[in-house]
Amino acid sequence: MKKNTTSFIYKALASDAYVSIFVVILGFLLGTILVVIVGKNPAGMYQAMLQTLTGLDITRGVWNSRYIGEWLTASVPLILCGLSMGFAARTGLFNIGAEGQYIMGLTVAQFVALYFPAVPFLHWLVALLAAGLAGALWGGIVGWMKAKFSVSEVVATIMLNYIAFFFSRWASMQIPGANTYKTPNFPETARLSSPLLEMLTNGSRLNRGLWVALFCVLIYWFVIEKTKLGFELRATGLNKEAARYAGIKVTRSVTTSMLFAGMFAGLAGAAVALGSFNYGRVLAGYDNYGFNGIAVALVGNSTAGGTLASGLLFGMLASAQPLMQSRQIPKEITWIISGLVVVLISLRAGVKMFLDWRARKLAKELKEANHE
Amino acid sequence: MNSLIAMIPSVLMIVSPILITAIGGMISERAGVVNIALEGLMGIGAFTAATVHYFLEPSTQLSVPIALSAGLAAGLVFSLIHALASVTLNADQVISGTGINLLSIGATAFLAQIIFKMERTAPFRLGMMPGLWGIYPTAWIALVIVLISWFILYKRPFGMRLRACGEHPQAAASAGINVRKMRYIAVMISGALAGLAGGCLVLTQTIQYTIYTINGAGFIALAAVSFGRWLPKGVAGASLLFGTAVALAIYMVNIQSLRFLPSEFFSVMPYIITLITLILFSGKEYAPRAAGQPYERSGS
Repeated sequence: MKKNTTSFIYKALASDAYVSIFVVILGFLLGTILVVIVGKNPAGMYQAMLQTLTGLDITRGVWNSRYIGEWLTASVPLILCGLSMGFAARTGLFNIGAEGQYIMGLTVAQFVALYFPAVPFLHWLVALLAAGLAGALWGGIVGWMKAKFSVSEVVATIMLNYIAFFFSRWASMQIPGANTYKTPNFPETARLSSPLLEMLTNGSRLNRGLWVALFCVLIYWFVIEKTKLGFELRATGLNKEAARYAGIKVTRSVTTSMLFAGMFAGLAGAAVALGSFNYGRVLAGYDNYGFNGIAVALVGNSTAGGTLASGLLFGMLASAQPLMQSRQIPKEITWIISGLVVVLISLRAGVKMFLDWRARKLAKELKEANHE
Repeated sequence: MNSLIAMIPSVLMIVSPILITAIGGMISERAGVVNIALEGLMGIGAFTAATVHYFLEPSTQLSVPIALSAGLAAGLVFSLIHALASVTLNADQVISGTGINLLSIGATAFLAQIIFKMERTAPFRLGMMPGLWGIYPTAWIALVIVLISWFILYKRPFGMRLRACGEHPQAAASAGINVRKMRYIAVMISGALAGLAGGCLVLTQTIQYTIYTINGAGFIALAAVSFGRWLPKGVAGASLLFGTAVALAIYMVNIQSLRFLPSEFFSVMPYIITLITLILFSGKEYAPRAAGQPYERSGS
């Protein structure tokens, strides 16, 4: 029996999905310990999470579906930014630039919302598409620089994040009637709000952005897993030289991949701008969806389903913050858990080293046994 | 013109923490470990320094140096996570750096909530005092660090060994250098310097730590490392240039001839300059060859 459990553990360690689950549990465990150390009751943390997930306030026995709606609303940009990071990661790229691509999408969506004629349906659709395009271009620049000049995408995307941020501030403040933190309101036709979703979730901010995110998860899955393009991208990510040898245009793969990655992040920007606000924002700082998207993709192993699930997880953490604060748990514990999860995920190479070491040891033992 | 000269102390105040951090980042990358956690490590240092200074200020004259040392120590300790992950456990250096940046924001705000019952540290009364010509001592600290780093990297066997670990770790190992140990030391130096720089920043530019205190200074330092081509004098020049751009964005309202430009123009300069130079210098190999790659002992 003991042998079975240990062999299960080793098998689980070799599986990416199990490692993710293990890491998330470990992250929560460390977070809980921290809460205990500072003398707070961790039960409050888990009650807040339960209330976010089910709408049930266990301490007062009240149920309100609005919390579920807010949870899903918070998850939408995280899922989309996770897809952005993940798509690039499948091609072997590290896209720290989702934040900048998100900002470009957000900015363009706001401009379309303010200046495009207020035609029902068409208005928000055009804003959404324009935002996806803007994000794709911002990501595409990085891919092009990487392919053409072999500029490191890590440094380039960090630079482009700040360039996008300051550009967005400057451009948004040029709009007549804008002050240093907001533009005038835009027409209702530009908004992604959905009366049906609002009704189902007792007046939460849940909006059509949810369908955008789910649709993008499907696109991601289809392109990556089912098309020739996706195969080429994955082959490039797994082994660039082998892909080149097999006749895949690696430089084109890199640019294409960043175009897709940017599009997902750009749509996230539109989902937030048109879903949660009725005015354009002059950003005062990063919204950090892009950076948290890195964590989402890492935990989701850059697969479509995994990213959806981990986006919902991180959305839950973000959405539970005010509920934790009201239970005297410092809300920053959720950021600590996210950070711990990312650091722990980075240790995956260490897990692999351990498995290799164990395999070598087993092989050696086997050899010795054969000699006897 | 007078207003420009009057700006020099402010420019140096902003340049110093960027420069100190960038030198640490340079040392780490020269040993082969990319440290994008500089931003987060500065935050840890700034939080620690602000907290220590707040509590010691009423009781001792030495509060500022003690606070700076505490910031340095905190940065060093926190960077051990990065060293453990990226050197011992062969983790992806960019991922572990990203994790530390996330962790830094969470940990500092969390501790502030515990200690001060709010999301930032309580304001201290007086920070560091400017010295001669109105220049803060942080400028001299930065200058000394640049000189020492140049001397050690280029004039001491230790520096040569450290650079070898970033260029060709296998060759360095075959020459009897303990690559992992050298990389540990380099990451710890970068953590200590980033922590010190965070302390310098918070004690000269503001009166308390918030999660917006660092506001990209660590990433500007990261840009200065590659724009400065991983050389002490280059990194110093780049930090001076970028710091001046940041200072202009803040103080340009005082300069008549520049008022027609939006302040965002200056804020964005460091990033655009770095991006353009990355393209212009592409193809020429300035970066340490093995930076970012985990060192795996072969044949063990």
